[in-house]
Amino acid sequence: MSGRGALGRHLVLAPLALAFALPLVWLVLSSVMSDTEINRFPPALWPKGVDLGGYRYVLGNAMFPRWFANSLIVASVAVVSNLLLGALGGYAFARMRFAGSRVLLGLMLATMAVPFQLTMIPTFLVMKWFGLIDTLGALIVPSLVTPFAVFLFRQFFLALPREMEEAAWIDGCSRLRVLFSIVLPLARPALATVAVLTFLTTWNDLSWPLIAINHDTRYTLQLGLTTFQGQHHVHWSAVMAGNVITVLPVLVAFLLAQRTFVQSLTSSGLKG
Amino acid sequence: MTSPYRETVVSTLPRALTLPPQSPALAPAARRAARRRARRERATAWAFIGPSVVVILGLSVVPVVWSLLLSLRADDLVTPGRWVGLDNYDALVQDPGFRTAVGNTLLYAALYVPLSLVGGLALALALNGRVRFAGLYRTLVFVPFVVSATAQGVLFSFILDPEFGAANALLHHLGVSRQGFLSDPGQALYLLVLISLWSGVGFCVVVYLAALQDVPPELVESARIDGANRVQLLRHVTLPALTPVTVFLLVWQLITALQVFDLIYVTTKGGPLGSTTVVVYFVWQQAFQLFTAGYGAATAYVLAVALFLAGGALHLLRRRGDRTEGVAR
Repeated sequence: MSGRGALGRHLVLAPLALAFALPLVWLVLSSVMSDTEINRFPPALWPKGVDLGGYRYVLGNAMFPRWFANSLIVASVAVVSNLLLGALGGYAFARMRFAGSRVLLGLMLATMAVPFQLTMIPTFLVMKWFGLIDTLGALIVPSLVTPFAVFLFRQFFLALPREMEEAAWIDGCSRLRVLFSIVLPLARPALATVAVLTFLTTWNDLSWPLIAINHDTRYTLQLGLTTFQGQHHVHWSAVMAGNVITVLPVLVAFLLAQRTFVQSLTSSGLKG
Repeated sequence: MTSPYRETVVSTLPRALTLPPQSPALAPAARRAARRRARRERATAWAFIGPSVVVILGLSVVPVVWSLLLSLRADDLVTPGRWVGLDNYDALVQDPGFRTAVGNTLLYAALYVPLSLVGGLALALALNGRVRFAGLYRTLVFVPFVVSATAQGVLFSFILDPEFGAANALLHHLGVSRQGFLSDPGQALYLLVLISLWSGVGFCVVVYLAALQDVPPELVESARIDGANRVQLLRHVTLPALTPVTVFLLVWQLITALQVFDLIYVTTKGGPLGSTTVVVYFVWQQAFQLFTAGYGAATAYVLAVALFLAGGALHLLRRRGDRTEGVAR
């Protein structure tokens, strides 16, 4: 490519990329501004100094750390459970023969096409029936395993060579042993994909916690943040500090494992 | 080693391994043993898939049927409901609130879907090949995608705050008068499209970038040798090669757009003056705020059928596209 063409490209790309980054930069900047800098017109566009008042307020608030913990519990349980149940189910569908397996797999895949809005009202009723509404259990149970996790593991296992597993069977290993000591160590990409997507969707979800949770001690971070914003409308530095705390875990995870994130998200749709 | 699985080892061997030649002269005892093994294998398989089946089918098939029944009833989720037949659907057709919600949703989708695809493709093309800082650009464009809709909503409520927001401050420096933004019924929906584009374009970019890697270089090279210019190359080589990905993104973004909720709940709550009430918000409102769950379920069913038809139509389109492409080759 000619030098001039390359320069032209950067003249378009650089401002665009900056435009994408700007709202997040503003998020961080405003979280360390003082309220007097924000609450005037026009507001300051650059903080005079770093004011951690917003963070102190948020972390001193009894609820915020609790919401963080709630979100962490729900997301962690969902990740571990999706890895475990998804791998078990995917392995059975990939390697074991049993009556009805095809129908069952087809049915599970079909459920991926059912929109959340259709199931949310009865799922609420099911959870109410189990007495789980307004507990973290109501958030955990529906996210224990997704058809996506089962299907992704199945596809991955099908692509693995069978020879090693067969050798292990002849040596006298059970299915469970074969799965855990031979198959799963080879399935790192699938494990990473399921972990990343499960964490992202459960951590970021708002709709279901909004329906299933009433009491503020059981809020997740996303649900807490919206109510916090409603209650502290003019305390913007605190709201933005809370927002930074909400976004940070996902952002850090993304920057650390960017390649895995991007590959997971692109492969999830394309190969499904 | 005293593994609890030891004793089931032989029994879980797959049939093909333990009985290589399925000879008809097999002794009855061996056949019984084989049947026992198959039974054990079946039990193991069910133990493996059992939890997934209960959770996934229990929380999808049951609710889908339940929703249908609910949509035929007047139900507030608290007191016992009563059967009303198709009344909910009848009322829905005549409900101006529902019509507004459908209109808003379609407008949102009609703007968001094509813009995110075109924007994503343009950026992907610009980032494809040997571009310096391509990784950095891609990261910056993609980062908003992992930010939750809640965080986006809270952030942009602040940026677009009519009194203290940075957007009005910038306009002020440019000499433009203050805007109402999300509190202006004429602007709110368009701004929500913009926010969604900010977070959604990155996804299209990375999907298109991945697909561009698979465009055969020989094809591009031979077209160049034949004297194709950039526009011709894009139209006759690159775009046709990207068709399957474009259809996938079209379906994906359409489904995402028709189901938008979180962002709207956080920013405008359907207002001002109902100008951002979309179908899913309408469903939520009916079921969990106004306690007309049967009516909400009917709305959800209409939306689900619409989604299903849209997905099916696009799927057919793709298959037909594949076939004509095959003929052309």
